[in-house]
Amino acid sequence: MSGYIPINREKRSELLESVGIKLENIFDSIPDDIKLKNIENLNLPMEGMSESEIVEALSELAERNKRVDQYDSYLGAGFYDHYIPAVINHIIGRQEFLTSYTPYQAEMSQGTLQAIFEWQSYICRLTGLDVSNSSMYDGASAAAEALLLACRQTRKEKVWVSEGLNPEYIETIKTYFESGGLEVEIGKLNEQGTSAGTYPEGNDYAAFMIQSPNFFGIVEDQAELVETAHMNKAMAVVSADPISLGLLKKPGDYGVDIACGEAQPLGVPLNFGGPAVGYLAAKNRLLRKMPGRIAGLTKDSEGKQAIVLTIQAREQHIRREKATSNICTNQALLATAATIYLALNGKSGLKEVAEQSAAKAIYLEQALLATGYFEKVYDSPFFREFAIRLKDEINLTTNDLNNKLLEKEIIGGVALDDRIWLLAVTEKKSKEKMDQFVANVVNIILEEGSK
Amino acid sequence: MIEIKNDRYYAETHEWILFEDDIAYIGITDFAQSELGDIVYVESEEEGELFEQGEIFGSVESVKMASDLYMPIDGEILEFNEILADEPELINEDAYENWIIKVKVTNPDQQNDLLGVKEYQAVIDEE
Amino acid sequence: MIQETPLIFDLPQNADKQNRLIKACDVKKPDFKEYYQEDYAETLPDIPDLAEIQVVRHFTNMSSKNFGVENGPYILGSCTMKYNPKINEDMAALPGFNNTHPLQPSETVQGNLELLYRLEILLNEIFGMDAFTFQPSAGAHGELVGVMMIKAYHQARQDTKRKIMLIPDSAHGTNPASAAMAEFDIREVKSNQHGRVDLDDLKNKLDDTVAGIMLTNPNTLGIFEDEVKEMTDLVHAAGGLCYYDGANANAILMQTRPGDMGFDVVHLNVHKTFSTPHGGGGPGAGPVGVKDILKPFLPTPVVEKKNDQFVLDHDLPQSIGKVRAFTGSFGIYIRTYAYILTYGAEGLKEVSEAAVANANYLLEKLRNHYELPFDVPPMHEFVITGQKQKKENGVKTTDIAKRLIDLGFHPPTVYFPLIVPEAMMIEPTETETEEGLEGLVSAFIQIAKEAKSDPDLLKTSPHHMPIRRPDETLAARKPILKA
Repeated sequence: MSGYIPINREKRSELLESVGIKLENIFDSIPDDIKLKNIENLNLPMEGMSESEIVEALSELAERNKRVDQYDSYLGAGFYDHYIPAVINHIIGRQEFLTSYTPYQAEMSQGTLQAIFEWQSYICRLTGLDVSNSSMYDGASAAAEALLLACRQTRKEKVWVSEGLNPEYIETIKTYFESGGLEVEIGKLNEQGTSAGTYPEGNDYAAFMIQSPNFFGIVEDQAELVETAHMNKAMAVVSADPISLGLLKKPGDYGVDIACGEAQPLGVPLNFGGPAVGYLAAKNRLLRKMPGRIAGLTKDSEGKQAIVLTIQAREQHIRREKATSNICTNQALLATAATIYLALNGKSGLKEVAEQSAAKAIYLEQALLATGYFEKVYDSPFFREFAIRLKDEINLTTNDLNNKLLEKEIIGGVALDDRIWLLAVTEKKSKEKMDQFVANVVNIILEEGSK
Repeated sequence: MIEIKNDRYYAETHEWILFEDDIAYIGITDFAQSELGDIVYVESEEEGELFEQGEIFGSVESVKMASDLYMPIDGEILEFNEILADEPELINEDAYENWIIKVKVTNPDQQNDLLGVKEYQAVIDEE
Repeated sequence: MIQETPLIFDLPQNADKQNRLIKACDVKKPDFKEYYQEDYAETLPDIPDLAEIQVVRHFTNMSSKNFGVENGPYILGSCTMKYNPKINEDMAALPGFNNTHPLQPSETVQGNLELLYRLEILLNEIFGMDAFTFQPSAGAHGELVGVMMIKAYHQARQDTKRKIMLIPDSAHGTNPASAAMAEFDIREVKSNQHGRVDLDDLKNKLDDTVAGIMLTNPNTLGIFEDEVKEMTDLVHAAGGLCYYDGANANAILMQTRPGDMGFDVVHLNVHKTFSTPHGGGGPGAGPVGVKDILKPFLPTPVVEKKNDQFVLDHDLPQSIGKVRAFTGSFGIYIRTYAYILTYGAEGLKEVSEAAVANANYLLEKLRNHYELPFDVPPMHEFVITGQKQKKENGVKTTDIAKRLIDLGFHPPTVYFPLIVPEAMMIEPTETETEEGLEGLVSAFIQIAKEAKSDPDLLKTSPHHMPIRRPDETLAARKPILKA
């Protein structure tokens, strides 16, 4: 038997014979000159593996990695290692959620549809906006789509994006915009590491976009964003971390028009960066220009609550080249994971996760500053993540530091340049670990930095 | 039975236009509404904007279809029929009674480009 | 069985507010109000505090209203709903993969990088391409990357007049939508009476403004484009590039390769071709393969092997850039890799053979009961229509689909492709069982009979699901999109 094919060759041939077809003829429509012959000449394993061999082969690869649950890691920069409740994998591992398709047949997909509807509801409640779609690929593509949405709505072809966005997001936005014949202007941060006072003037911008907390973990002033954007007839767009919304004001509270972001911190494993799950929410008047699938509440023919995919005339399968986006597959299962995360934590749990993450980041920054080897890069309030500068007199680069730490089974922060280090912690990080980390850093500097 | 009214002109793209001096009302035909099915949304570009004949000035959506609306003549949008924002189904009920936009006609000569009842009937028969 | 699941926001909130999931805070919390000043949230988001049992029951009840591949035949054409092997889920959940951060130093993620490196070689061989990118997060995302690279290729050659993308009228809606996002104008190519691209129409539509063509083969009618080599030759001769939409690549595994058909760029939908679960709408992954001429334009990063070490190369000066953060949907590629290893080349050849055999068998069994828009031997899927039932019995294709639900089957893709009225696109896949196939045959024949004897039964179906037919018009007219 080959893999998971339940009908063997003999039976297959017999079934076909019974309807007058010969098995050897079923590929006759493929012309001979493009038929693949001699597959044994290809650089492929000819025979398949048994399940037990698969376990061996894949486990061997997995074990070759160093893991953030075994090493002590301070990486963030867009993906964060929050605790993932056990319930999530049990629920999203149920085949009814896992193996079903996009809910085209509502009568047999109410589970998925309700999960999408509740995800949209949670996202609206978190962001303070009116409408959410069923998810985007990730935070970066969600940022690009948010800006494209602003361009469609305002019918303008230029956007302003703060340098405070994750550089991966900026690169993604540039790719979408350059290819789409649209313009992106990148704004420099001020000396406090925020976008305050850096906004451009002019009525030809479709949107001003910032990230909060920004790439350096710093909480941005969304009130100023909204005020200047609207003064210039541009939309105010914010990429916001969902965990931070357990502690910080919602984009909707400031009057932001479009919010988007990466929902990986809500119960999705790091997985080397993917699959991720983006969210996108906006004010009601942008609904008809939104990309992606949207679920809506209605009634069935007997008056019972029913949920369906709706406002579909925006989408590619109906509007083709005039669609609001080409997006089709989204990240439904991970959106469900995030929904379960929010359901399990509730507002109280979310607040605790947010507070602990922030408190620990603040503790770590203070501890590193107290060593005397580091100085602040920016003097602004941050959340869960901060940039810190290795003082010039230290004869080590951030990369040297990371390499030395790795020998001690510690994965240091992101080396933004030779001196600037970006460190992130979540509620999972214990005080003990952080104290050890700081002690290790001090030892390395004492041993290496003064050479 | 598809209705075509003889008090107005038509476009091949299934809009009707009813002239009142230099003002005109524009909607979609009974044929168009029956092809679309239950209409769920109607939108038009903003009041005060100028459009040339053949340009898209809005769209009509049913659950499984979307159709752009084309200007039958040059004109400036004076008004969108706001009642359609809340009750787009009125177009299904009476496509000729429920105009979508009111325009100021800027090039009356274009009346000659439009279709009469017989010509529009022929367009429908083709489809 | 619970038929109605209240919205989660309507559940009573009696649970303790303490977060039992995480340990108590071991550092001093600052006065956050003072720290964040006016950005501090005085009121929390309106998210209910619930007990774990409430949450677990809620989602478990919801799941029971879904139909998955493990419930029964799921013949959603073009979506390729085949069995998702359990072991692949277990492998993707190995902590050694799960607990790696995308920005870890390459020496700490050699397992991940080697997996991607090896997977790229496998994909190159299977599809006849020279390189693959793992950036795109889904098929449509891959299409976008593909057309962006075609655009970059022409621009790099200063050939700026090429603004047209040719797309057959039977194509998926994502093709024109993706091409439009990369600023191409769409020129539609007609299908002929055999359900294939009309070669003469293609010739007429070729000129020096054509950037390329996007083709699905087998096409969306499940028919192999036997003149595909002529088509790609024609497009190349006119200076265009050829894009292979891999939506139906599961039908050709180890039988023929896009690279050999003359395609320059190809995307795959790994959930279709390599059985990664679709999760009710995603996550998928849409790796894109290219021939050497497009390699310089690949998104970054790409995986490389240098001195026996695997590394990510971010430095491709002509790259189109990134279309998402980090490398790609790594977790999905673990499953893809495990799937390919499970079969090997010979097994993959049997995958396509079994898929095509099952479709042929079903078609023959149904041909006397439903009309065929094109009577051409199918590949892995085929299209029948409900036109006869509509004309004779006033029963629409929707009614047939809804009746299938009551009989325990997921209906075919309906009303697609757009060029076939009352279309039903049926794809049994290679993992359908004999009992599944025979059950489908009986159900379709029964429904064809019922259409005559009891059309109301069909028009009021389904009768045995958690809900009856939903009012989609109401949903769209008076949108309620959140609670």
